[in-house]
Amino acid sequence: MAVDSKAETHTITALVHDKPGVLTRVSGLFRRRGFNISNLAVGHSEVQGLSRMTFAVEGDDYVVEQVTKQLYKLIDVVRVNDISQESIVARELALIKVRTTPQTRAEVLEIVDIFRAHVVDVGAGVVIVEVTGDEEKVNALIQLVKPFGIREIMRTGSVAMSRGAPATGSRKRTLENVDQSAPDAEVVP
Amino acid sequence: MRLSGGQMVCEALLREGVDVAFGLPGGAILPLYQVLPEYPQLKHVLVRHEQNAGHAADGYARATGKVGVAIATSGPGATNLVTPLATAMMDSVPMVAVTGQVPRGAIGRDAFQETDTTGITLPVTKHNYLVMDTAELPGVLKEAFHIARTGRPGPVLIDLPRDVQTDVADFDYPDEVNLPSYQPTMEGHSQMVKRAARLIREAQRPLILAGHGVVISGAFAELKNLAEKAQLPVVTTLLGISSMNEDHVLTLGMPGMHGWAHINWAIDRADLLIAVGMRFDDRVTGRISTFAPNAQVIHIDIDPAEVGKNVRVTVPIVGDAKRVLHALEREVEPQTHTEWLQEIDRLRDEHPSDRLPESDRLLPQYVVREISDATDGNAIVVTGVGQHQMWAAQHYRFKEPNSWITSGGLGTMGFEVPAAMGAAIGRPDKVVWSIAGDGGFQMTMSELATIVEHRVPVKFAILNNNFLGLVRQLQDLFHDRNRVAVEYSGNPDFVRLAEAYGIWAARVTDRAKVREAVDDAMAVDGPALIDFRVEPEENVYPHLPAGESVAEMLEGPLGEGERAWR
Repeated sequence: MAVDSKAETHTITALVHDKPGVLTRVSGLFRRRGFNISNLAVGHSEVQGLSRMTFAVEGDDYVVEQVTKQLYKLIDVVRVNDISQESIVARELALIKVRTTPQTRAEVLEIVDIFRAHVVDVGAGVVIVEVTGDEEKVNALIQLVKPFGIREIMRTGSVAMSRGAPATGSRKRTLENVDQSAPDAEVVP
Repeated sequence: MRLSGGQMVCEALLREGVDVAFGLPGGAILPLYQVLPEYPQLKHVLVRHEQNAGHAADGYARATGKVGVAIATSGPGATNLVTPLATAMMDSVPMVAVTGQVPRGAIGRDAFQETDTTGITLPVTKHNYLVMDTAELPGVLKEAFHIARTGRPGPVLIDLPRDVQTDVADFDYPDEVNLPSYQPTMEGHSQMVKRAARLIREAQRPLILAGHGVVISGAFAELKNLAEKAQLPVVTTLLGISSMNEDHVLTLGMPGMHGWAHINWAIDRADLLIAVGMRFDDRVTGRISTFAPNAQVIHIDIDPAEVGKNVRVTVPIVGDAKRVLHALEREVEPQTHTEWLQEIDRLRDEHPSDRLPESDRLLPQYVVREISDATDGNAIVVTGVGQHQMWAAQHYRFKEPNSWITSGGLGTMGFEVPAAMGAAIGRPDKVVWSIAGDGGFQMTMSELATIVEHRVPVKFAILNNNFLGLVRQLQDLFHDRNRVAVEYSGNPDFVRLAEAYGIWAARVTDRAKVREAVDDAMAVDGPALIDFRVEPEENVYPHLPAGESVAEMLEGPLGEGERAWR
């Protein structure tokens, strides 16, 4: 992904009920409202029955505000956070199947080592490299092993979390702790 | 209590205060239908097409404020509900649709009359459910009604596999729902309300834009009190019509594409818009960049996503229109805006678009005015979409709160027939007029049979011009009169058609006979239909071309050789 588009990429996390069809509801919303999503990752959260989604939304503040508000309208969406402005840790995992020959294998392994990646499988003429890191690191590794020949790439998409202070928390908890009549940052434009 | 899934639906309907459901059975919904006789308090209206069940439930809901219920079978029954669901979604109408589904084991195997109903209806419902376990059904039913009627109302669909309807489980109907992720904001933020009151105090040329939210929340008295206290003129959007008595000196009328010219000019000059329960639809704003260029905006809506969606807002207030207007009325100070009201009067004199055109011919606008007079502005008026809708919106003088039912957002032709039926069933105390176009009427006229069966006293006024009139108007004004696919040369004889159903009917071709026919129709004990052969070439004016500024508004017919702007 081009670095210069980063300025307009917002990282949003959403806590959603772990119900059949919830991914369809979210992705359908993005499609029909014309929101441009460049990354989407889903997995279980710390609360049973709730999943956490991370997505990267392309667009300006207006778009992000609309994404947030429209997501809240989905009954299964518990909490939405735009963490772009916060200090965050973002990671993705990639599996890269790289072609190797006896002559190139050492060189590939050296690159893998530099990136603190791992070779997780060795086959006839190929190795599978596992790398974890932010998107740029994964991209950089891919660029470096490309000349050897890439057979297959599988990326999870980024998951992100803000540093320090705990938790995004569930909306219920937020409602209990916060003056309900105060204008919500996500609600007031 | 142990009940089958079908019985659970009936029990829940009764507990939710539903006394009538509109539907049409089929194989996959049969277990629900088979237990209906056990619930004689629950009236079922058998329609002729599932689409009409949906629109009837919609009309019922809008007229009564209760949740409308539609029932259909799987497959084509369910897909026929898509248009009414989308109609209700766009216009925020509380509805619950119950559809049959093939048995659980058959799902995904392309079984007979199987379709992915929850998938298809996902974008046109506020929420939907595919229930795979009868034990979950009581909770789902409770949630569905709660979601449909609270917050910004909308349609909710429950898809029930056939064997979920026959399975038996404990029925323990919850008193409350537990939906922490769904908590609509009702009270407006007090600081925001204070800021809004300050803006109102400072404004020289304020306007209230009242939308459907005022009607839905029943904020009629609150709107009137606020308007009177600070002397704020009220503009009512298409769906906001009947939120304020049109005899009231502060009620101006409808803005936008076919709104009166002086209202659009008033918006253009206003320095403050107090928008309540409306969403700055493109039919209201025209070109957004030139809309209300001098105005700050207070936007009150229960749906946070509407605030800031289309226009820049100075003071956002998320909350229920009734409560926010009440709070705002307490904050504002008594004021007068004499100069501003005089200026609006002047605009009206300069742009006299609200007058009936001079003509001896049978003008559709005249028909609407006669119905308005004959009913003293107290009828419930139902329309579909098109010229007839705009003429009804412009020329009927609404005096009763919530007496205007129309397909606004989706613009659904044919809505006027089943929705009027639903409205009349829901409000037997009211006179219900369906002002219809000949195009839309023919889309849903199969419900005449249902109307006869249930003796529903709807009065139909077909403004018959043998055209898809508003499309013809667009072609005439903006496409060099290149008329394509707009003429209905094979229309039936609507009088004989009505009579074939056993419905009283009359035809009017003469302006002098309008009132007599309207009075006759109202004297009929039961449904009636009048085929008004109106001037076919009549256009709706003003006409603000889509996406244009108020300066481009056509206030009346083009002169000889004159061309519209494009």
